[in-house]
Amino acid sequence: MSTLTLFKDARHWKTGETVTIAVEDGVVVPIPRRGHEHARVLDANGAVLAPGLVDLHVHLREPGQSARETIDTGTRAAAAGGFTAVACMPNTVPVVDSPAWVEWVRHRTGNAAHARVHPIAAVTVGQKGEQLAPLMAMAKAGAVAFSDDGHPVASAAMMRRALEYARPTGLPIVCHEEDPELRGDGVMNEGFTATRLGLRGLPGAAESVMCRRDVDLAELTGARVHLAHLSTAQSFDALRDAKRRGLPVTGETCPHYWILTDEAVGDYDTSAKMNPPLRTADDVRACIEAIQDGTIDCLVTDHAPHTRDEKNLPFSEAPFGIVGLETALALTITFLVEPGHLTLRRAIELWTDAPRRLFDLPEVDLEPGSVADLALFDPASEWTVDPKLFYSKGRSTPFAGWRVRGRVLATMMGGRFTHLAPDVEFEHQMVLPAAEAAK
Amino acid sequence: MTMSTTSLPIPAPQGAGIFSHPPLASRARHLLGLEGMSRDTLEALLADGAAERDWLRRGEPNRDDLAGCSVMLTFIEDSTRTRTSFEVAARRLGANVLTFSASSSSLNKGETLLDTMKVFEAMGAQLVVIRHSQSGSPAYLARHLPRTGIVNAGDGMHEHPTQGLLDLLTLRDAWHGRFEGRRLAIVGDIAHSRVARSAIAGLNTLGAEVTVCGPGTLMPADVESLGCTLAGTIEEAMVDADGVMALRIQKERMEKGLLPSLVEYARVWGVDMARVELMKEDAVVMHPGPVNHGVEVDSTISDYGRNVILQQVANGVAVRCAVLKRCWAAWNEELA
Repeated sequence: MSTLTLFKDARHWKTGETVTIAVEDGVVVPIPRRGHEHARVLDANGAVLAPGLVDLHVHLREPGQSARETIDTGTRAAAAGGFTAVACMPNTVPVVDSPAWVEWVRHRTGNAAHARVHPIAAVTVGQKGEQLAPLMAMAKAGAVAFSDDGHPVASAAMMRRALEYARPTGLPIVCHEEDPELRGDGVMNEGFTATRLGLRGLPGAAESVMCRRDVDLAELTGARVHLAHLSTAQSFDALRDAKRRGLPVTGETCPHYWILTDEAVGDYDTSAKMNPPLRTADDVRACIEAIQDGTIDCLVTDHAPHTRDEKNLPFSEAPFGIVGLETALALTITFLVEPGHLTLRRAIELWTDAPRRLFDLPEVDLEPGSVADLALFDPASEWTVDPKLFYSKGRSTPFAGWRVRGRVLATMMGGRFTHLAPDVEFEHQMVLPAAEAAK
Repeated sequence: MTMSTTSLPIPAPQGAGIFSHPPLASRARHLLGLEGMSRDTLEALLADGAAERDWLRRGEPNRDDLAGCSVMLTFIEDSTRTRTSFEVAARRLGANVLTFSASSSSLNKGETLLDTMKVFEAMGAQLVVIRHSQSGSPAYLARHLPRTGIVNAGDGMHEHPTQGLLDLLTLRDAWHGRFEGRRLAIVGDIAHSRVARSAIAGLNTLGAEVTVCGPGTLMPADVESLGCTLAGTIEEAMVDADGVMALRIQKERMEKGLLPSLVEYARVWGVDMARVELMKEDAVVMHPGPVNHGVEVDSTISDYGRNVILQQVANGVAVRCAVLKRCWAAWNEELA
C-alpha cells in the first residue's frame, strides 16, 4: 500500500488560495474522499507550494572534478534550494561531447538522485571550437541543449555551422558570450574598482559584441540561441532587440547580477570573482528592468563550485565561479520580490514554468495527474547564509553572512522528499483501513 | 540605448557579508598601500623619513631600532634598486635581514607563495617585504598570515607605497612642506603603474591635485575616480603645474600593440625643456627610474636644475627606515 502525502493548508503559488494537495505514487492526486490507510500530513501553515524549481545552468563537475562537486552533492544542494531539476554544463574532464557521456551523466546517480539531471552537451569536440561534436546523437541520448560554456565559440563561422547543424534537433545552443581577444587576461569588470586594485579588466563589450553576433547568426540560420548568464546593460539590449525582431533568441541571468556591483570585490575577495564578472550599478538596474519587462526568459544560478584551496589563491590566480543553488530562491525573494520589482508569482514562474518551457521539460503543476515535483517554502522566513551548512562541496559565495528571506521547507521529486528542513514535522493519520475502504 | 532612465534603488546588503573583512589597511603592522592611509599617519611617516634622511647623511654607526626583528625580503619580481634600498634601511636599523628570491626557491617546485611564507612565519620572520607581479599579493598574505607584518614593495599594477612615500618626501622638500594649492602632472603608462596609484592616493590625502595624461591605450578605465583629472595632451597637463612625474615605458607595451613606437611616444608624451617651461618656475621633474633616456625624459633635462630624480633615490632609504620602524613597533603592539 502506497503512502499518501498531504500538503495541508498551503498557499497555491499561482492563485494565492489556501489549498490542500495530495500526492500518491509520484503524482498529484485528488484528495481521497474517504481517507486512506496511511497518510502523512505536512501542515504547510500558509507556506507557498509551487512546482519544483529548475536551474538551467549548473556545473556538477562530474565526470572528472569530484573534488569540487559530484552529481550527488550538487543535486543534494539543488534539493536544499527547492530545485527538482537541473541542467548541467559539459565543461568537465573529459568534456561531455559524446552520446556515451551524455548517458553516463543522466544515469550516474540512478534512483538515488536528489534532482533530475539534464545534461547539456558540448557544441564542439573538447569545447575547443574546432570540430562539431555529434549533436544529433547526443540529442538522441538525452541532451537538452548544447553549449561550450566556460569557453565562447570564438569563430563566427563555427557558430554558424553549429547552429545550422543543431537546428533540426530543435534544441538551443547556450552561448557563453565573451570575445576572447577583448577579454584578454582580465579577471574582473573593467572599471573603477579594477583600476583602483590594479587588476586587469574584462570590459562589458567583450560580452555584448558576442551577443550581437549570435543574435544575427540566429537570424541567418533560424536556429535557437539561448544567451547564458547575461550581465551588462548592452547585452540585455541585444536580447531585447532580438525579441523585437522576432528571432528565436532567449536569455538568462543570475542573482548576483541583480544584486551586486564590482565594488563587492572589495579587498581582492575571490568569493566575488565569477565570469561574467560583477558589473556596475547601471548594469544592476538594467538587469532588474530586463527581468521586469520580460526580456529575460528565466533565472539561473551558474552554480560553479570550486575547492577551498582553489578559491583561496591570490585573486588573479583563483578560478572564476561561485555557488548558488542554496541561496537562489531567497535572493530572488529578498532582492526582486520584497523591493517590489516582481510579484512572487512571476518570480516563481521564472524559476519553474519558464525554464521548463525553454528546454522542453515536462510541465509540472499542482493539478491531479501532474508529476509530484514540488517545492514548499516560506517566503517570510528569515535566515542567515552560512556556507558551512551548504550541501554543495563549494562554499564560495559573496552572500556569506547575509540576512535573507525565503526558506525552503520541503522539496519533493516524483513523490519522494529530497529535502526537508529540520523543523518540518509530519502528522501521521490512519483514517480508514484499506479493507473497509474497499467495500 | 533602449533603457529607460528610471533609477531603481539597489537593495542594500543585509547584514555582514563580503564587505565585512577586517580592514587590513587599518593594521599598522602592514603597509599595503597609501590608499586609505590617514593624513596624520602619512605626515608622521614623512616627518620621520626626513629625520632618518638627516641621520643617514651624517654617516653615523648603525642603530638598533629593529633589534630582534627578522625582515624577510621576498622579491618574486626582479628589482635591484628597491631590494637594495630596503636592505640598506633594515641593516642600518639593526634588523636581521633574510633574502628570498623566487629563482633559487621551491616556488619552482610548485610550492605556493603562501606555503613558503607560512614556513618563514613559522621560522620567526616578523616582517615580510614583498615584491610580486600580481596585484593584491600583499593583501592576500596579510589575510592569511596571522603573525607577520607585510610591507608592500610593489604589487603588480596596484601600489608601490614606499615609492609613493619617497615621491611625497621629495615633493615635500620641493614644495616647502605645503601640498595644498600644488599640482603634479603624471605622464605616461598610468594603466600599468603602481607608482602612479600610490602617488595619486598620497597626494590626494595631503591636499595636492594631480593631472594625468598619456596614450589612451595606457589609461585605465574610469581613471579620474582615482582622484585626478585627465588631460588630453601633455602640454595641457603640464601648463602651470608644480611638477611633472614621467613614468617608465616598458618595451613590452609595443609588443602587445598598445603603442606604435618609442619614437612616436617620445615626440607626443616625452618631457623636454620646451614642455618643462610651461610649468611654474620652481616646478620639479621626477621619474621613478630606471629612465629610458630620450623616451620619457629628453636628455637635456639632466641639466635642468629642478631635476630631482636622484634625490628620489636618496629619499628611498630614508622612508623605508621610517616604514620598517613603524611596522615593527605595531607588530610588537599587536602581536608580541
